[in-house]
Amino acid sequence: MIDATILLGELAYWQQTSLRVVGGLAAVLLIAGTLVYLHLFKLVSFMQSRLGPMEAGPFGSLQLLAEVGKFLQKEDLVPRKADRFVFLAAPFVVLVSTFLLVVVVPWGPDAWFVDSDIGIYLAMAVSSVSVIGILMAGWGSASKYSLLGGLRATGQLIAYELPLILAVIGVVIQAGTMNMQLIVTAQADGAIFGWDGIGNPYILTQGVGFLLFMIAMQAELTQTPFDMPIAESELVTGYMTEYSGMRFLLFFIGEFATAGVFSAIAAVLFLGGWYVPGIDSDDNILNVIGPLVMLTKVVGLTFLVFWFRFTFPRFREDQLQKLAWKVLIPVALANIVATGILKVAF
Amino acid sequence: MTAISDREKLSYIAAQAADARLNLELETEGMTLNLGPQHPATHGTLRIIAKLDGEQVISAEPVMGYMHRGYEKLAEVRTYPQVTALVNRIDWVGSFANEVPFILAAEKLMEVEAPPRAQWIRTALFEMSRVANISLFLGDMALQLGATTPAFFAFRDREHVLNQIEAVTGGRFHPNFDRIGGLKDDLPAGWITETKRAMRKMRQFCDEMEQLVLGNEIFAARSRGIGVIPADIGLSYGLSGANIRSSGVDWDTRRDNPCGLVHSELDWKVWTHPDGDSFARFWVRLQEVRESTKMIDQLLDGLPSGPIMAKVPRIIKVPAGEAYVETENPLGVMGYYVISKGDLVPYRVKIRSASFSNISIAPWLLKGVYVPDIITILASLYFILGDIDR
Repeated sequence: MIDATILLGELAYWQQTSLRVVGGLAAVLLIAGTLVYLHLFKLVSFMQSRLGPMEAGPFGSLQLLAEVGKFLQKEDLVPRKADRFVFLAAPFVVLVSTFLLVVVVPWGPDAWFVDSDIGIYLAMAVSSVSVIGILMAGWGSASKYSLLGGLRATGQLIAYELPLILAVIGVVIQAGTMNMQLIVTAQADGAIFGWDGIGNPYILTQGVGFLLFMIAMQAELTQTPFDMPIAESELVTGYMTEYSGMRFLLFFIGEFATAGVFSAIAAVLFLGGWYVPGIDSDDNILNVIGPLVMLTKVVGLTFLVFWFRFTFPRFREDQLQKLAWKVLIPVALANIVATGILKVAF
Repeated sequence: MTAISDREKLSYIAAQAADARLNLELETEGMTLNLGPQHPATHGTLRIIAKLDGEQVISAEPVMGYMHRGYEKLAEVRTYPQVTALVNRIDWVGSFANEVPFILAAEKLMEVEAPPRAQWIRTALFEMSRVANISLFLGDMALQLGATTPAFFAFRDREHVLNQIEAVTGGRFHPNFDRIGGLKDDLPAGWITETKRAMRKMRQFCDEMEQLVLGNEIFAARSRGIGVIPADIGLSYGLSGANIRSSGVDWDTRRDNPCGLVHSELDWKVWTHPDGDSFARFWVRLQEVRESTKMIDQLLDGLPSGPIMAKVPRIIKVPAGEAYVETENPLGVMGYYVISKGDLVPYRVKIRSASFSNISIAPWLLKGVYVPDIITILASLYFILGDIDR
């Protein structure tokens, strides 16, 4: 088993902590920025026969900084009747859930934040924290649109948490561990009918689980077709209606960073994580290549997320509940049973 | 057809139940949601006061007039040729079509008739404004349901038509091109080939929308059975255009009551749909765009030669009398009732705009639906705020 990290081993505790904080910030903000630029600015523009931002920097790559600057300059408005503390705290609660999620994701054999034996369990637990933030935002805004959006979001996120968790259970059964790092190495050491050329990415055996995970993830991120809580044509922007400036930016970062982190988790669970076929899975070089491999997989998976987001219309609230409870959860349960039986059989 | 009355009954029962829950059983306090006048889904300044129980609508009342510009009154102090510049702005996405019925009414009073070439070009431009208008609807309805990309496709491809309108009239949105007794100018060189190419592109756009939107299961789930208008109810509310044709009423002024336009000489079809729901309204409009592009092709093929303007005096005085002319505009039947006292200016102009009647069914239709369906229904009824408020 991989021991205490080589890189951090010789540093003092406070140095390790600050490194982790910097790493966490980078992992959240870098991913969010990349996704906003690549997908929200460029991919979508090409889909909609536009160019997207072109003026700021080469191919508009500095547009992101301009946008952030714009949001920072804006006045931080608080509605007069808002529940002030709840209103102000809500974006941070949402963002906290993202930061807690990124903690468990391994980016290389030694490049990770916390070695937790309940890694994926922890991730599923803390991902629910964002619901509280959204409900706080919806209730605290003292706006009818926000309230409807917040309540819709809560119902939806709770409904889709179940298929998400149940989809993960299949992987956990197959890997025999909840430690994210061990799930990667289990895939790296695996073999497809005796051929171990590319290990055994669990998308091959857990294809159903992967589909379920991606659908539930789309809903957890409240992206179209599951963007009922935001639904800009009905609820203006749902629970974010009353936010402006920095706090709106926090929601925005939270949305994209969470998309990235969920994709990273999906990459770890189903696509073999940071592992590169042909390189020994505890080779030091993977600490350098691994994060890049992960980033590529994250971009690939979020491409799917944003592709669907900008193609589909949105479900109605009752339709998406129906989809969760009547389709996804039974399929997920069947998947668990099948995985369990096959695990015992082989 | 039986399904409609069932759905109607169901939505009525749901509304009754919501009402009872609100008043008697739980004594819950309903919520009044004020959609608009500034709201992303109201195309402008429509306000809808919706009383909600949870997410169910108990009653919804559209409030209009936030953009009333008094065109009927303004027309009374404009000479006849000047009025077209005003009425352009009524339905601003299909603006040429607004001029046509007024000019036809004035021509009827003056007893002049535009030469055949002018009539054919007039009809072609009339249909082109329909293509420009309804293609925007196709994208917009998808946008209201949450799909952003079709809206951009609509804006992209509508540009082909607008370019052609601009090439003739000089104005993308407000052509002000129709004259009493004919048209301002003849067609520019090369316009016919270019327009045919644009029409081909619009047909491609229709195919694209059919696959992207109509073929989408989520779109079908969101729009099928939502906002069902039975034919008799629709007629009693004065619905017209695609809204009533999608309830199975085979009624099109272009075919049934042609006046001044040459639709009767073309080979085309009036599309209807038996369902009367939001999906049917989208479907009928999509077919109408396709049919219009074919009509324009025929118009350009059969374009007669000759003068573009009839003999009319330089200073137009319309003899005393009254005339009412209605045409099948993009949004529905649009009519002008013009009273003249033999003056330079009309004595009174009454404008019957389609959206005003189309939106009047909203309170009936919105009863008992859920908040997301408000948007579907309003989007599928397709109104332009300028056409409601004038």
